[in-house]
Amino acid sequence: MSATVAAPARVRRTTRRNFDQLLIVLVLLACWQGAYEYAGSVAVTSPAGTVAYAASMLGQMWFWGDVGATAIAFAYSLLIASVLGVALGLALGLWRFAADVTEPVLAALYTIPKVTLYPVILLLFGLGLSAKVAFGVIHGVIPITLFTLSAVKGLPPVLLRTARAMRLSPVQTILWVLTPAVLPEIFTGLRVGFSLTLLGVLIGEMFASQRGLGFLIINGINLHNVPLTTAVVLVIVLAAIGANVALLAADRHLRRQR
Amino acid sequence: MNYGRKVLLARFALIVGAIALLELLCRTGVINPLTLLAPSAMAAAMVQVIASGQVTSDIIRTFSTVAIAFAASVVVGIAAGALLHAIPRLRRAMDPLLASYYAMPFFVFYPVLVAFFGLNAMPLIAIGFAAAMVAMLISTLNGLDRVPPVMLKVARMHRLGRLRTLFLVVVPAAAPSLMTGTKLALAYAFISIIAGEFILSGKGLGYQIAYAYNSFDNRTMYGLMLFVLLVVTVMNSLLHVWEQRLLRRRSRA
Amino acid sequence: MDALPLSEPGANLPAPTVHASLRGVTRIYPGSPPVHALGPIDLDLAKGEFFAVIGPSGCGKSTLLDVLAGLSAASDGQVTFEGKPVAGNVPEGVGVVFQEDASFPWLSVSDNVAFGLRRAGVDPAEIKRRVDYAVGFMGLRDFARAFPMQLSGGMRQRVCIARTLVMQPRLILLDEPFGALDQQTRLLMGDELLRLWRETQATVLLITHALDEAAMLSDRVGAMSARPGRFVDLVETGWPRDRDSTLVAEAGFGALTARLWSHLRAESIKAIGGGRA
Repeated sequence: MSATVAAPARVRRTTRRNFDQLLIVLVLLACWQGAYEYAGSVAVTSPAGTVAYAASMLGQMWFWGDVGATAIAFAYSLLIASVLGVALGLALGLWRFAADVTEPVLAALYTIPKVTLYPVILLLFGLGLSAKVAFGVIHGVIPITLFTLSAVKGLPPVLLRTARAMRLSPVQTILWVLTPAVLPEIFTGLRVGFSLTLLGVLIGEMFASQRGLGFLIINGINLHNVPLTTAVVLVIVLAAIGANVALLAADRHLRRQR
Repeated sequence: MNYGRKVLLARFALIVGAIALLELLCRTGVINPLTLLAPSAMAAAMVQVIASGQVTSDIIRTFSTVAIAFAASVVVGIAAGALLHAIPRLRRAMDPLLASYYAMPFFVFYPVLVAFFGLNAMPLIAIGFAAAMVAMLISTLNGLDRVPPVMLKVARMHRLGRLRTLFLVVVPAAAPSLMTGTKLALAYAFISIIAGEFILSGKGLGYQIAYAYNSFDNRTMYGLMLFVLLVVTVMNSLLHVWEQRLLRRRSRA
Repeated sequence: MDALPLSEPGANLPAPTVHASLRGVTRIYPGSPPVHALGPIDLDLAKGEFFAVIGPSGCGKSTLLDVLAGLSAASDGQVTFEGKPVAGNVPEGVGVVFQEDASFPWLSVSDNVAFGLRRAGVDPAEIKRRVDYAVGFMGLRDFARAFPMQLSGGMRQRVCIARTLVMQPRLILLDEPFGALDQQTRLLMGDELLRLWRETQATVLLITHALDEAAMLSDRVGAMSARPGRFVDLVETGWPRDRDSTLVAEAGFGALTARLWSHLRAESIKAIGGGRA
């Protein structure tokens, strides 16, 4: 009986929430349109104009070539940053002393403006794919390490004692107790790392490349091609938000299971 | 020697060791000095560049931009966080936006903002503000969420009014999160403003590094780079020490 | 017992006068469907009485306390304290000790205890005198400058009790204040509570889930039903005013707890969703 009473209320809440969120999207679009009306087409293109330009851009081969270049660099970066970050985080997390020594150093590295290191990366790797990848990795690896590390450190000691009481081997402990216990936190770290790695790759492309979406933006700026810049910005923002929404949903699903 | 001392000593040894290793590799020619300056040469270059006064105006420019963006983002971030906390419906509606906010690569808005405001400090202040404010907002929300309800009951038991409850109970209870927000806001303002100067601006430390790089002036480039890293690290460490001092008694002794 | 800083002058009134009362009090949480949490409840607390409430978990004990304290308003019925209606605000003269740790981690022990007095604008010399006394009374003298996080759970709860009693409440409401403590500490804290009650001559309402605690400490025990909570039994314990935890060895103690359990058992089975047991 309570279910039949509660269901319409829940539907009403969801509807209202969707309505509110739609309203916020509309407010953002209105701000954009307002900015366009105020500054004119030398600064931004209108929302409608941008969508139209982006749509035609999506139908062209050169655009997909740049998307591909960014995607390949991003895939390499994310793979390296994830493997490195998780491995480092697990190792440091299990060795308490090393974690206490390095955690503040890693936190400090996280807060420095990494863009200043870009000349060093270029000098080390030269122009091209490897510099872009390196740039993505240095942005993404630290948050992944820090999330993994704090997950392992925060593990309730009783879980490890239980594993010992069940006479599990170290490998079994890592496989069947440690990893499942810290998986949700590691996933959160990977989600944050995902965004930052993408950021790093795009920044890398802005100087260190002749291909990719970052290059398209900087090229648009230099050629005063406002429609191109605005459309690429829109595509990147929508893709980044879309990926994050999907990862966030997976993240929440992982956490709800326990 | 107690554990805390050991940790500090090991951390110090780690940092000094890394610098010494780099120095050694550069001095022995394993690393090409055209690629990377030895740390000692970097430090010398930094002192020389700063002392020459040729970048003083850029230093002032960068720091004032960061200061304005940081101050504005702390004030607005706390106010907006309190507002969202007070209006749950607005907060639920904003939730997806906040959750995905830092997935957006902000700096892609630079060109738009430059076209909008012109090539002055405004686009950079706006970007620094955009990067820092939401961190402050989210930290404020976290802090307010974590005020234990029983403490608000205690406030009612002592029949405190709204303002006194806010300043005597809510703010102190939320202080750790507010502190975290402040630290993040400063770091994010710095990161985004230096990056902005690097990419687009004609002034500031970020621009000077890019300029030195483009004119193959490695000494100036590395000197400035070291300067920026040192300043940011020192500032963050100071905030960290201040935080520890304020919160020391609140953690287990 | 003259000039004790914890008792109000002229508090030695002859019992029994009604100090606080609930008449037909119910609490219904709105929603779909609404949750009927409490009542109707009728209860008179005599001045200076020690009253304990027991009941199965989720029966509305804490709701009862919130309504009596003025922390939340009754959906229906009348709450009065010293003859004046209580509605939605905590009246002067009522002190509450909560189940959760409510010590302020940013204040030292003595600053925690002084919190309410400072807000009330009491003279600093008087604050010092009363805080010193309360801190000593609760056995916290050596920890006056410590911070809550450096103390054990039991010590922190003492800080909260000291912070409440330093305000000289005439009605003290305690919501399972020892719930998180171990059995031995609970018994000793119970002794201190009895000492406090005798010395302040305040009226005390104690909510607890421990039968022995209720039976040992109180003059009268109210046993509550499963939700919506009502009183199914009111038991006079008949203990002397001057008592302590050695009562547990008394012959009547077992009979008393047995009587309370006979009510509570059936209600607890209902509360955990049984009926089979």
